[in-house]
Amino acid sequence: MTDRPRLAVIGAGPAGLAATVAAAAHGVRVTLIDAAAQAGAQFYRQPAAALRAGRPQALHHDWRTWQRLREALDAHVRAGAVEHLTDHHVWLVERESGRFTVHALLGPEEEDAVAVSADAVVLATGGYEKVLPFPGWTLPGVVTAGGAQAMLKGALVVPGRTAVVAGTGPLLLPVAVGLAAAGVKVAALVESAAPRAFLRRTRALAAQPGKVAEGAGYAARLLRHRVRTLARHTVIEAHGIDRLEAVTVAALDGEGGVRAGTERRIPCDTLAVGHGMLPHTDLAETLGCRLDGLRVHVDGEQRTDVPGVWAAGEATGIGGSALALTEGHIAGRSAAVRLTGGTPDPQEWVAAAKSRTRLGEFAAALDAVYAPPANWSEQVTDDTVVCRCEEVTAGTVREAVAQLGAGDLRTVKLLTRAGMGWCQGRICAPGVVGLAGCELTASRRPFARPVPLGVLAEEHSQSTTRAHTHPTDGGPS
Amino acid sequence: MSSPLDLAGARPGPAFTVTFDGRDIEALPGQTVAAALWAAGITSWRTTRGEGRPRGVFCGIGVCFDCLVTVNDRPGQRACLLPLQPGDAIRTQEGTGHDD
Ligand SMILES: Cc1cc2nc3c(=O)[nH]c(=O)nc-3n(C[C@H](O)[C@H](O)[C@H](O)COP(=O)(O)OP(=O)(O)OC[C@H]3O[C@@H](n4cnc5c(N)ncnc54)[C@H](O)[C@@H]3O)c2cc1C
Ligand code: FES
Repeated sequence: MTDRPRLAVIGAGPAGLAATVAAAAHGVRVTLIDAAAQAGAQFYRQPAAALRAGRPQALHHDWRTWQRLREALDAHVRAGAVEHLTDHHVWLVERESGRFTVHALLGPEEEDAVAVSADAVVLATGGYEKVLPFPGWTLPGVVTAGGAQAMLKGALVVPGRTAVVAGTGPLLLPVAVGLAAAGVKVAALVESAAPRAFLRRTRALAAQPGKVAEGAGYAARLLRHRVRTLARHTVIEAHGIDRLEAVTVAALDGEGGVRAGTERRIPCDTLAVGHGMLPHTDLAETLGCRLDGLRVHVDGEQRTDVPGVWAAGEATGIGGSALALTEGHIAGRSAAVRLTGGTPDPQEWVAAAKSRTRLGEFAAALDAVYAPPANWSEQVTDDTVVCRCEEVTAGTVREAVAQLGAGDLRTVKLLTRAGMGWCQGRICAPGVVGLAGCELTASRRPFARPVPLGVLAEEHSQSTTRAHTHPTDGGPS
Repeated sequence: MSSPLDLAGARPGPAFTVTFDGRDIEALPGQTVAAALWAAGITSWRTTRGEGRPRGVFCGIGVCFDCLVTVNDRPGQRACLLPLQPGDAIRTQEGTGHDD
């Protein structure tokens, strides 16, 4: 059995699970690698096992699909076709003489290293949230919309009693519904997109009746929980001293600016905010895969332009879990055939390819509708911290642009330190480019998410080496 | 009023005690540091290096590093990822978490 080819799938979300199950069913051995303690990733995030949730589906949508994936995964693991490596944070994938070495660090501490070899890889690394800055966004109590959802689904906790859910994008609906169902008073759902914009996209929406029904279902549940939706509105400021106490929201005008006189204050202890998603492309970038803008470029078989490397799910473009599933399925099928020396016949997955096309069009329609207010940066005062790690303010970024002539993210970073902190610019980059008036480009980080903290910290301060060189210092394991 | 634990029908094992800046708080088996602190009504456990501003969870998934915390004298751990063990001593992390 050892000479059967081995496929490494990185990411155990919808895309990675679908790829794993499809490839294993077609005769290759799979090593499924994910940073989390359990399969599921974002959309299918499961409560920690020790919480012994008897009804996790209460927090979920499309539970059936998850059950099918979970059962198939378990069966392949039992049969020895799939090895599932949990708590493995991949920081680099190397390609040498046509074979791959996946380098990972173990556990939340990320100290002990392991290497996994494979004949091919599927990158199913998903994405993370984009949040644009506004005054007060660094206050405790302000969390990303997905973060609130992840803490709810994974740890069964909520950040407070009264929440405002704000920003833009399809994620805000399940987040508001989830918080309300979990007993949080959702004072408002503040969405900068306009309902009218949806009507202009009716063709792509009508082609996805299931997806439209899903949206309607959320709307009905919002109504039931008495959550009011403020469309064409935005949060202009979060207030509080050491903790969030209220937000000010305002209506938007036709140009995406704030309509004067419409400001109102909503008391809350939680703001769950997000402005869309960005793909995780670091592993693909270090492998030398071509990107289309910010996403990994793939062909009809989900192959990147680097031989032996497939990519699927939100790493190849933000499109939601259903699209991630079909892409993962196709990637797994294609990889299985090619790894066993064959040439795949796309007819074999024609149904999946069709739904991929439809879901892709649907995602593009949503993407065109959900947009942050065009003039969001007008609300960002000079003293607003933009880079949360390095505490670089909007004023400093503006000065670098206006007085020092910085015209791209890299130069702004060198001049201001924005993006040089622990998160390596993942969080601040969209805000910085918006303020600087330049394009968001792939950042070419030397190591993928999550970078070993010790390695990063060492670059910043010699003093932090202690944490890294004395792993037995007493941290829980 | 429903709670997330009720909603998901959770039946965790008995709670155990950990400390936050010396004071006892309860944690459930399976909870991360951030989860137990949120459940205890605590939303910040770090102050920034520059301005000394309070921070806690932001992204919730290990990407932003805003939730850094000191646990059992080890600074720089992501509270949103780290599971708790009985007796763990959680401390607010000031700056890098090192006394300098
Ligand atoms: C915090 C958050 C919460 C979300 N919640 C919802 C929701 O409730 N409803 C909804 O419809 N959509 C939600 N989304 C959107 C979600 O991204 C998609 O719906 C869907 O999960 C995408 O599937 P995927 O397989 O492409 O990626 P993901 O589900 O994101 O899976 C990617 C997996 O890869 C892992 N990974 C990435 N890089 C590495 C690495 N270097 N080493 C090891 N593992 C790695 C990640 O930890 C993750 O487990 C959420 C997104 C985020 C960021
Ligand atoms: S909250 Fe972002 S890393 Fe923990």
